[in-house]
Amino acid sequence: MNSRKIKTWAWVHKWSSLVCTVFMLLLCITGLPLIFHHEIGHLLGTEVEAPKMPANTPRASLDRVLEVAKSKHPDRVVQFVSQPEDDDGLWFVTLTPTPAPTEDFKSVAVDARTAEVLAQPKFDEGFMYVMFKLHVDLFAGLPGKLFLGFMGLLLLVAIVSGVVLYSPFMRKLEFGTVRRDKRPRLKWLDLHNLLGVVTLVWAFVVGSTGMINTWADLVIKYWQYDQLSALLAPYQGQPVTPVAERGSVQKSLDAAYAQSPNSKLSFIAFPGTSFSSPHHTTVFLKGNEPFTSKLLQPVLVDAKTAEVTASPKLPWYLTALLVSQPLHFGDYGGMPMQILWALLDIATIIVLGSGLYLWLKRGNSVPVPKAKGEASSADVHGGAQPAAVMKEARL
Amino acid sequence: MKPRNAFWRLWGWPLAMGVLTTVGLISALFSDGGAGDMLAWVTLGIPLAVCVWFGWRRTSR
Repeated sequence: MNSRKIKTWAWVHKWSSLVCTVFMLLLCITGLPLIFHHEIGHLLGTEVEAPKMPANTPRASLDRVLEVAKSKHPDRVVQFVSQPEDDDGLWFVTLTPTPAPTEDFKSVAVDARTAEVLAQPKFDEGFMYVMFKLHVDLFAGLPGKLFLGFMGLLLLVAIVSGVVLYSPFMRKLEFGTVRRDKRPRLKWLDLHNLLGVVTLVWAFVVGSTGMINTWADLVIKYWQYDQLSALLAPYQGQPVTPVAERGSVQKSLDAAYAQSPNSKLSFIAFPGTSFSSPHHTTVFLKGNEPFTSKLLQPVLVDAKTAEVTASPKLPWYLTALLVSQPLHFGDYGGMPMQILWALLDIATIIVLGSGLYLWLKRGNSVPVPKAKGEASSADVHGGAQPAAVMKEARL
Repeated sequence: MKPRNAFWRLWGWPLAMGVLTTVGLISALFSDGGAGDMLAWVTLGIPLAVCVWFGWRRTSR
């Protein structure tokens, strides 16, 4: 690599990182507690749990469950019903003023056996909520998400350019060299290179899956347009199916299960909401295998007749979105994996912090010895003093 | 020590770390509390151990 190429890559690395570093630090720090959100919820007692009952306890009809939940908020409509991953004794009913996407939602937890209200958890307050919002959209909705997605893209650019620069910086050094007995800047440069290159794949995967997740709202909108439009032709001109005319939700769920045996419920989206059509109750089922349990199969059930209209195969872009989620959250390999995720996150914080430090302490940047022994300066973090630094890099 | 191949000398360890991470990230996707998860713990743990080993080690020279 000649010195001009190095300078170009160094420029790319400097500016892509400088722009995104502050936001990446924020994401890494807020992401740390989010890795353990389940455990923290248990500790804080905010996690709702259904009382233990024998497995064969008869279950209440889902229609009854919805009725109970609605009685708590008579002026609202149900958008979604779901069950927690590890507890089928519980229903979470999400109620909002209209079927449109909104931040104003109420959640009612209902016992799946007794149809009694267990709790009305508030998901929009407290420490974890603040961490979550800062991590996901900076309290700025879709524009905030897309902004963070763009910062994620810059991170990927910084990672790629960082890999390119690894070679001129490390050519004369053994892997893992950290020059501690020199100036602190040199030590931090070596640590930046070491931790950066070792955690490279993890940071790239978590960065890119995070970026993909910021597009979720748009991808789902596109799915409605792309896949549901054709199915909705027979319903053209009709308003959202009125609540009074809707069939049994329990029957809809049973019809969906009959369509795809060997699957488990993920959630049900009600007519007019972002995950359904105006005329369907859409049941999202997931598989029973470790991998298929991360994928969803939508079953569109006619809201009036409770009969299955269609069960369109999930398109590749939604599959990609769903697979990218565990790869971002690190929640798919038990507690040891969560701990590894946290440690890798901390390593990334050190890489970001050291990069920032190297830029702040610029003015004595490190030269890059070229293959034939002549020196050229890599202007990664500011100006250069080739002669003085060359000596150092050769040591 | 004269390196036999400059490319492997420079990229051998980074590539090994990358392959280990990739194996770990994928294997756990296909496992639910089984061998795939354990493989992931080991393969993701090694790059972290490398970070700690070289990052914290005091040079005795």
